[in-house]
Amino acid sequence: MKKLLGLFLFFLALYLTLYLAPETTPNLAFHYNLGRDIGYYGILTLGAGILIISGGIDLSIGSVVGLAATLFPMLLLAYGESHPLNPVWAIGLILLLGAAIGWTHGILITKLKLQPFVVTLCGLFIYRGLARWISGEQVQGLGNQFSSLKDLLYTQPLGPLPKFLVIFLTLVVLLGMFLHGTVYGRYLYAIGGNERAARYAGISVDRYKILAYIICSTLAAFAGILFIMQHNSALPSNTGSFYELYAIAAAVLGGCSLRGGEGTIVGMVLGTAIIWLLDRLTLMLGIRSELLPTVVGAFLLAGAILEAVLQRWQGGSHQD
Amino acid sequence: MIPAPGSSYAQPRVPLLEAVGITKSFPGVQALSGVSLRLYPGEVLAVVGENGAGKSTLMKILAGVFQPDQGQLFLAGRPVQFRDVQDAQRQGIALIHQELNLVPHLDIAGNIFLGREPTRFGPLRWLSRAIYTQAAQYAETLGIQAPLTTPVRQLSVGQQQLVEIAKALSSASRILIMDEPTSSLTQREAQRLFEIIHRLRQQGVSIIYISHRLREVEFIADRVTVLRDGRNAGDLDRSQIRHEAMVRLMVGRELKQFYHRHFATSAEHKVLVRVAALRLQAAQRHPISFVIRHGEILGLAGLMGSGRTRLVQTLFGLRPKFSGTIYLHEQETPVSCPAEAIQAGIYLVPEDRKQYGLILNDSVCHNISLPSLRELSRYWLVRSAQEKALARQLVTQLNIRTPYLHQAVGLLSGGNQQKTVLAKWLARRPRWLLLDEPTRGIDVHAKSEIYALIDTLAQQGVAILLVSSELEEILGLCDRVLVMYQGEVAGELSRDAMSEEAIMQLATGGTLAP
Repeated sequence: MKKLLGLFLFFLALYLTLYLAPETTPNLAFHYNLGRDIGYYGILTLGAGILIISGGIDLSIGSVVGLAATLFPMLLLAYGESHPLNPVWAIGLILLLGAAIGWTHGILITKLKLQPFVVTLCGLFIYRGLARWISGEQVQGLGNQFSSLKDLLYTQPLGPLPKFLVIFLTLVVLLGMFLHGTVYGRYLYAIGGNERAARYAGISVDRYKILAYIICSTLAAFAGILFIMQHNSALPSNTGSFYELYAIAAAVLGGCSLRGGEGTIVGMVLGTAIIWLLDRLTLMLGIRSELLPTVVGAFLLAGAILEAVLQRWQGGSHQD
Repeated sequence: MIPAPGSSYAQPRVPLLEAVGITKSFPGVQALSGVSLRLYPGEVLAVVGENGAGKSTLMKILAGVFQPDQGQLFLAGRPVQFRDVQDAQRQGIALIHQELNLVPHLDIAGNIFLGREPTRFGPLRWLSRAIYTQAAQYAETLGIQAPLTTPVRQLSVGQQQLVEIAKALSSASRILIMDEPTSSLTQREAQRLFEIIHRLRQQGVSIIYISHRLREVEFIADRVTVLRDGRNAGDLDRSQIRHEAMVRLMVGRELKQFYHRHFATSAEHKVLVRVAALRLQAAQRHPISFVIRHGEILGLAGLMGSGRTRLVQTLFGLRPKFSGTIYLHEQETPVSCPAEAIQAGIYLVPEDRKQYGLILNDSVCHNISLPSLRELSRYWLVRSAQEKALARQLVTQLNIRTPYLHQAVGLLSGGNQQKTVLAKWLARRPRWLLLDEPTRGIDVHAKSEIYALIDTLAQQGVAILLVSSELEEILGLCDRVLVMYQGEVAGELSRDAMSEEAIMQLATGGTLAP
């Protein structure tokens, strides 16, 4: 709880700096775009965070986003521009693809006991290559079609809220209930906290670990669809690159421990929000935008150092 | 064995190593309060005491692993302070840990000189072949026969132990501290170790020897220091070292008072558990069969590595069995995974609670409810009010001392951690409890509470299989005992036939005198 409060205060401080700084003009458009970006990247953070809580890691998130974003327009227009596919089918297929990718990761990691880092690092290369190969390195887009689908998922705000933020908050509520309210969520914490103890308590560890990988990759595939909704087209060689690192960074900043077993949904929301506030700060305070990764990295490191120092201070080590 | 002339028995003058008033506490546990100890040159000093008496902590202080909170160490009469293990080694003191600390892929010589490799060409630190000639010296002293280029993972546990000793000797030649060195050795290997200890003593090395095996202590110790609950309980000279004398000092009370057990005439009770012709693996020669009646405590004794833990893990569905059947109430009960065992009411309290029993970062409440979450939920949503009520009830019932239900369980003392593991299963009304070393590493008070709890459970009709390395515990609690040796059941002893000697005989591959 203390950690969440600290994160929230940090978030407020960043926001106030941004709001009060004379160089910035935090108008409606500013808030709208900020909300949209937090919503978009937040979806990936949720997947990465839940997986990290269960003790896993996924480096292939960005490539799955790229593959999904490449395949989605291709599927919709598979029968030519004049015979577009029903979007419900295309969305279903893409989500299914994401789930299948997550399932494969989970199986390789639980049954063959491969290291998650290695499996998903391979995934990072494989899916990126597939996207480029299938598309022939061509930009894949929707052209002028599917405007009603775009309205539904992206363009039309709900009241003042950008659609991505609405989708994100819906997922936050659903996955929050899943993680903090259900038996499944509790099992994921237990597995991340001590996998062997979870097994000794009769939990089907493999099944729930696979579930976490499925959630993560399915959300990444969904984010690929949303990418097309926002940008209308995807560049197979580039779309989604490094998204996994932002997702993992946001989850860690939000209090997920890479050792597993620790983290909260609210923390993931705050972590994402803080990263995108930092983004706007670097932009609006005239810091060159190329420096954004450096700023994010520095803040993450500062957070880790602060936590380590606080822990030593409190002497909260486990006794032997 | 004949002691070297002038080396041991006459009380020499200045102790080589002396500890005075050593006090050390960890969060939640007072490990040592004002303990003193003297080691004279060229003697074997045995330090005995029950688990949790503070032996290991004291040894770690002597070897520089821990710093004492209070108290002073003297080396040959001079006050000393060890900053770390290397510092203690430089002063001639080395600790051989209970568990082996070797690098499995490195060869024998490499392990002996790990971190102190002889090198050439100055800062280039080119590894020198001299490592083998230097290692050969120690190998010869200790009787390590394997070529020094053998990776240690290819050695038997006994041989690895010798490499460990060679490592200690090469780093510090004055004082060797051995913590339970024989716990994983065969009898012959142990015998060999005693010869080596004897030879080292003749060469003027002083040895502190920790063991639970009082027979060994009788055999090799020149003096004995007994610890109880982190305090000195008494010292024994050579002439006074006898098994009963040590036990009296260790326990500090009659055994009967410590282990309160209401032995029932259980032969009349119905059979609850029947294990028939169980083979853990194909290579097993004699299948394992036994019954446990309602309210009966069956002990499972044996040395480390004798297959006790493997057996309970198989019974709990953690390992596939090769063949055999488990019956509960004469009904065939399949246990191919822990979930099935739990469904049937078979619960395991594992040997190592931190690794297998608890999620240390998580709360007492969540740890207790973990295996019962499905019963505590509706539509897969955990009903937290009921969860808390259950946890609160068990915390009260078992007297788990925690400031609040949401305290991380890793911050509790060992005894309270173990009670939390037990609470997890008591929440579910056990039929058959498998207790693997249930009192390892916890303080005496918590121990007696756990013994009382085990007794209560037995009175309620639960069948209990109790694995323990502490023979007193087996003798104090069990109706019958199975003794394992090298993966086989070497024999079964009834309460009347039970004695430390009989159990040790069977556990070391001997047979009982007719």
